[in-house]
Amino acid sequence: MFDLATAAIEAALAAGARYADARIMIVRQESMSAKNRVVDGLSQAETAGIGVRALIGSSWGFQATPELTAAAARRAGERAAEVARASARVAGVPVELSPVPVIEASWANPHDVHPLDDVGIGERADLLVAVTGAIVDAGIPLAQASHQIWDTQKWFASSEGSRIDQRIVECGAVMDATAIGDGETQRRSYPGVRGQFGTRGWELVRELDLLGNAARIAEEARALLGAPQCPEATTTLILGSEQMALQLHESVGHAIELDRILGWEAAFAGTSWLDPSQLGSLRFGSDLMNITADATLPGALGSFGYDDEGVPAQAVDIVKDGVWVGVLSGRDSAPLVGLESGGMVRAESAARLPMVRMTNVGLLPGDSSLEEMIAATDDGIYMDTNRSWSIDDKRLNFQFGCEVAWEIKGGQLGRMLRNPTYTGIGPRFWASMDMVGGPEEWVFWGTANCGKGQPIQEGHTGHPSVPARFTNVRVGVR
Amino acid sequence: MAWDPATDAIVQRGFAACDCVLDLVGDRADALVTCGQGSNALTRFANSHIHQNMASDDDKVRLRVAVDGGRIAQATTTRVDPDGLRRLVEETIAAAWLCPPDPDYPGLAEPGAPVNVDHFDAATAAAHPEARADLVADFMQAGSDLEAAGYCSTDAETHVLCSTTGIRYASRTTMAQLDGIHRAATVDGPPADGFAQITSRRLGDLDGRLVGDQAAAKARGGIAPVELDPGCYEVVLEPKAVASLLLFPAWLGFNGKAFAEGTSFAHPGEAQLDERINLWDDGTDPRSLGRPYDAEGTPKRRVDLVTAGVTVGLAHDRRSAALAGVESTGSSIGQESFGGYPADLFLGAGDESLEQLIAGVERGLLVTDLWYNRVLDPKTQVVTGLTRNGLFLIERGEVAGPVQNLRYTQSVVGALAPGHVLGIGNDAQLVSNEGGIVHVPSLRLSSWSFTGGAQG
Repeated sequence: MFDLATAAIEAALAAGARYADARIMIVRQESMSAKNRVVDGLSQAETAGIGVRALIGSSWGFQATPELTAAAARRAGERAAEVARASARVAGVPVELSPVPVIEASWANPHDVHPLDDVGIGERADLLVAVTGAIVDAGIPLAQASHQIWDTQKWFASSEGSRIDQRIVECGAVMDATAIGDGETQRRSYPGVRGQFGTRGWELVRELDLLGNAARIAEEARALLGAPQCPEATTTLILGSEQMALQLHESVGHAIELDRILGWEAAFAGTSWLDPSQLGSLRFGSDLMNITADATLPGALGSFGYDDEGVPAQAVDIVKDGVWVGVLSGRDSAPLVGLESGGMVRAESAARLPMVRMTNVGLLPGDSSLEEMIAATDDGIYMDTNRSWSIDDKRLNFQFGCEVAWEIKGGQLGRMLRNPTYTGIGPRFWASMDMVGGPEEWVFWGTANCGKGQPIQEGHTGHPSVPARFTNVRVGVR
Repeated sequence: MAWDPATDAIVQRGFAACDCVLDLVGDRADALVTCGQGSNALTRFANSHIHQNMASDDDKVRLRVAVDGGRIAQATTTRVDPDGLRRLVEETIAAAWLCPPDPDYPGLAEPGAPVNVDHFDAATAAAHPEARADLVADFMQAGSDLEAAGYCSTDAETHVLCSTTGIRYASRTTMAQLDGIHRAATVDGPPADGFAQITSRRLGDLDGRLVGDQAAAKARGGIAPVELDPGCYEVVLEPKAVASLLLFPAWLGFNGKAFAEGTSFAHPGEAQLDERINLWDDGTDPRSLGRPYDAEGTPKRRVDLVTAGVTVGLAHDRRSAALAGVESTGSSIGQESFGGYPADLFLGAGDESLEQLIAGVERGLLVTDLWYNRVLDPKTQVVTGLTRNGLFLIERGEVAGPVQNLRYTQSVVGALAPGHVLGIGNDAQLVSNEGGIVHVPSLRLSSWSFTGGAQG
């Protein structure tokens, strides 16, 4: 494969590029879904291709082809240079690439049970049939379950001499129970609304114990139909770790993407409220807020060996003791704010341009626990499992909904509440965080469908998360 | 001259790949195979220069098989050489045999007669990156006092669909889009953004200067916005905002599967929306950009969803149609777990210009664009999101000035309920939303619930 990549790079350089890289990817993927004991979707895919980037002056070009031949690779290299030359008709500021050592390496994530090769498709199907059956048997009219699996091989080569190959195996699963009432529906998902995914083998899915949780979510979905509405109030809010993962993703993860900060996503995904001149001094949240972007966490969905620019995976401090200290960056964005690449540039396939993506953007554990937070709360609400999410294009104003909530009175969990929502402004919300769960509650949540870019790409991101408590939060917005 | 698939080399290459797959399947399974060949290219700009510029060739074969009367599997490959296709067939059939049977398997479509529409423009399919770059440059001509961001794209696909029931269809489509914002600097706040777009099957229809001027006018008019208290306001929604909203009834309401599962708001036969509202799906309309058949090979036709405010139809694929005891409406997107989706949605236009819609408003808001719209409950169609790229106060029938962005929380069905639609624009156009491309005009609605300021 490196011969093809080299052919593409040489063609781009011969066509005038001052830098070029090529990335070959072969991805085997499976999605399976079931509803009410019936597998209603099984889709497998094998996609292959080569994507070539060429830099001419300050202008980038990218060309991809699914054809893995030397001739097609050379043609892609030439056309990448041609696209770059067209970009130069509306050129921008000079591009300086963050330095990276020349690397020759192989990397693969560890996994115990290969989800495609070591588990029969019948077993994978039987699991989904069984869990949806268990939910239906518990009296729920609509039960759904699904899994997704990826086995990705990548070969990266650059005109600077790097040659890196990687194999990344990922999978995960989700199930939900939907109770249907008069005029509304109520859903409970497990383990979270987006499931749980990681750079692991099928052992991850087995550990979820979907079957063991089916009856519980069925009962909770049914109970939600009869539960009182979450009241409108300003109160103390405790978030479970699944909802905290969403909170981290939306109000921290996207806000710290340097391409957004620099305006590169202004017309679509949006910008950021963060100003690079305040890096190192801006207070993002309370002293208890410690956030890292760590692509080296074993098993987390945002982990890898090298990013798609050949930069080694890193652990980067993002917020330290409440102060904003880091960003998510790549080779062409980092130098614009005086930094070196954080190794956070990835593409969903060979056919797409690599761009800044979250790795594992997570909240470091504190010294409390969910039990202690509840006990320490005289009057408040505990919410978990994301249901809806909306945030402005500067990643400042958010309104999130959860599947379920419970009122807290006198340090005790009380009634279940339905349709819970909360709203806030990022830095004010994070400044109100006064209790953070401990290491024993740290979960590496994985989100397999983060959309960004044009054409839109799905990114795999991780969010290590713990429960946390916030004060003076507006809840029950409708 | 009318397009003749029989003389189109790309179509014939597609048929050859599909025939190879069907020969390999033989009589071992019901099979439906498609081959999509084409290219997509997108030139992206921000901070008034092109910063990302990509092009990709596509060539993929998708196979769906059913064995043993209802054990189903589907697979896609980009490896279209004989070995790749052989592996596709053998692995897909093997996977199907290992899957539990689907008792509701509806079988394959029989051959039909799709309407002969050709949503294709050869110049767009062959567009050079310089042509896109020049349109971006034209967009930026609106003013050196502004910063521009957006994209110009061209897409082309030749598609072939064959089946063991004898279907042999071919189609080809192109699409070109110029979509962007201008950003006007402000003294002490964030930039004022203004949006405009154009979508067509022909790159030649895109006027970069015109679209850039529209976006620039919005941006310049957005400087120094006032803060407005949340609450219910009469609104005029421009086509981009209307397109964003219609995603939710289209996806979660008129979906035959959602209806069967009880999660849809739709009650066929009831006057659920204002009598001015007419909604339909029509991939055969020359203004649409879709194929004349769906992913299951059912020919597309006009499907009325709402006529004069009365819910009259649902979008079905073969599976949801069979369960409902009706014919498929040609609304499959190739994913049975999703159900039917009206992929070529039209909202009937009215006879008032945007200016006339605004002129009728005593006090309200003009909304250019809605962003990060998320449904809170599919059955009530309550959606939350934010305004962006141009929000203006209307007073006594005129645009009085810019307003800071607001968050809304509003039932789409409630906003369109009987008596709530006060006017429909004559400016219907193709616009993107998260579900695809729709053809919609501006709307004047009596009430829209804004629940907070975007800045807090």
